[in-house]
Amino acid sequence: MLINDSAKLAIAALSSQRMRSFLTALGIAVGIASVVLLTSIGEGIHKFVLSEFTQFGTNLIAVSPGKTTTAGMSGAIISNVRPLSIDDALALGRSPKILGVVPFVQGNAPVEFGKRSRRTYVFGVGFQVPNVWQMKVAIGRFLPDDDPRTARAFAVLGSTVKDELFGSLNPLGRRIRIGGERYRVIGVMESKGQMLGFDLDDAVYIPTDRALGMFDRESLMEIDLLYAAGSSLDEIVKRVKALLIDRHGAEDFTITTQEQMLDVLGSVLNILTLAVSALGGISLLVGGVGILTIMTISVNERRAEIGLLRAIGAGRGQILSIFIGEAVVLASIGGLAGLMIGGGGAWLLGAFVPALPTHTPWLYVVLAEFLAALIGLLAGVLPAHRAANLDPIEALRAE
Amino acid sequence: MIHLTDIERKFLVGDETVRALNNVNITVHQGEYVAIMGPSGSGKSTLLNIIGLLDRPNKGVYSLSDLDTTELTDDQQASVRRHKIGFVFQFFHLVPRLTSAENVELPMILAGVDPAERKSRVQAALSSLGLSNRTKHRPDQLSGGQRQRVAIARATIMQPDIILADEPTGNLDRTSGIEVIQILEDLHTKGITLIMVTHDPDLGKRASRRVQLVDGKISRDTGDS
Repeated sequence: MLINDSAKLAIAALSSQRMRSFLTALGIAVGIASVVLLTSIGEGIHKFVLSEFTQFGTNLIAVSPGKTTTAGMSGAIISNVRPLSIDDALALGRSPKILGVVPFVQGNAPVEFGKRSRRTYVFGVGFQVPNVWQMKVAIGRFLPDDDPRTARAFAVLGSTVKDELFGSLNPLGRRIRIGGERYRVIGVMESKGQMLGFDLDDAVYIPTDRALGMFDRESLMEIDLLYAAGSSLDEIVKRVKALLIDRHGAEDFTITTQEQMLDVLGSVLNILTLAVSALGGISLLVGGVGILTIMTISVNERRAEIGLLRAIGAGRGQILSIFIGEAVVLASIGGLAGLMIGGGGAWLLGAFVPALPTHTPWLYVVLAEFLAALIGLLAGVLPAHRAANLDPIEALRAE
Repeated sequence: MIHLTDIERKFLVGDETVRALNNVNITVHQGEYVAIMGPSGSGKSTLLNIIGLLDRPNKGVYSLSDLDTTELTDDQQASVRRHKIGFVFQFFHLVPRLTSAENVELPMILAGVDPAERKSRVQAALSSLGLSNRTKHRPDQLSGGQRQRVAIARATIMQPDIILADEPTGNLDRTSGIEVIQILEDLHTKGITLIMVTHDPDLGKRASRRVQLVDGKISRDTGDS
């Protein structure tokens, strides 16, 4: 029997029971639509979160104090950790392929201008922040390239802090108090918006050594390094590690690359996407049961036809493939409809609820269609097997 | 060409074994016209089904054109049915959702005949039976006689050696019944072996050989040569 003919026979059989075929295909359509829609949302969130995390650049290496190993004892118990110092940061900044370095501490302090006051994040950073974190200055300029041990008392404001303290006033050159110390405002950062609900603009940037003094800390919380794009990350990490071990005498620090972070994040988000599409899979399963039911009924009703086909020379294999073919065609049509509903739904969602990012990966769409056909195949096997094993004489007698 | 030796067929009805065929021996040659007759329950349909390879005997040997059919697999039997045997049933057994032409085309679809060739063969078969203006009609738009003619077209489309007819006029009025019988007899004169099950003595008389079955045994055979 030719493939073409099998398809035609299947379509003729299905279209003779229009309502029933429509409803059965609808079951699969709903299943595929929900898989596609939920996968689109999952993928959209995946992409969205990753882009949020890469907005500070991708060629980043972070060095933090303390060694975290999988053996998992906190460094606080046996505290032989040598803190990261500004000198460490300067030394790292001088090594090859490193384009920029940010010695980083963070704290919380009130910022006052005149009678206005606001508690906000205070970031102790170096002059290379615009470069390393890919941030732009809106007005004025960023912290100058002072000697990091005796930096002048300059501050750069996040846009939220500027709005809250100055309103429409020009803040450049004004004196403010941060944690009780006097600073002069020399710049305002461009707004970065929110990241995962956290206002990135609600911050003030001051030189690192002044922040260390303000928070009464002796060491840095982190050193961020920007490396040249296109250079071998492994080699750079090795060099950074060697340099710091040389300075500290032991590996009492942890190097995290942005790449590692994105990997971990990516795998977490993949599981999320998978879990969500598995939810859609449940409705697909129900659709498959629908096909199984209808095909069972159909085989029962068409016993005389099966008997006749056997009499005019159909082997068991042909009967099997005729009924499996019908189930597969039914499921594939449902699958196609589901793809359109799901893809369209995802598009509409993206258009009307921009806050909920959706992204329909075409590979998944093709896979979903194959999945629908596969479900048809599986649901068709049992009834088709029954049809093929009917006694032709018994079947002919059924009228 | 059809050669049945010591054929026995038993059925289990409840917990009682019924011998539908008991020690049946019969030989039918190419081109014969045989009527199998007998009261209902005498086993004549079972005999026809065994000859048509729809049923297997419990005992005995059935050879068709020197081929021992009891040795054949299910698929090989299907292939023999497809190419050598045509069935005509009392209740026509047309597929209700397909047109006359599509019903006649079915055996060729199963055999994988080229679509272009199929169309011309279907047209020729239907017009030779006076149905050229009924090709697009579905069975429920045809009279009984027309339905049986479509069924005969379907049975002969693969140019079989044998036509097996099970009460072919049993569901028709007298005029269409005679029409159908004449078509079958025309096929016989063209060389096809025609074996017909009937309980109508008038029809039986038309056959050149009559086989009488009673209780699963051949009680009389007019022409076992």
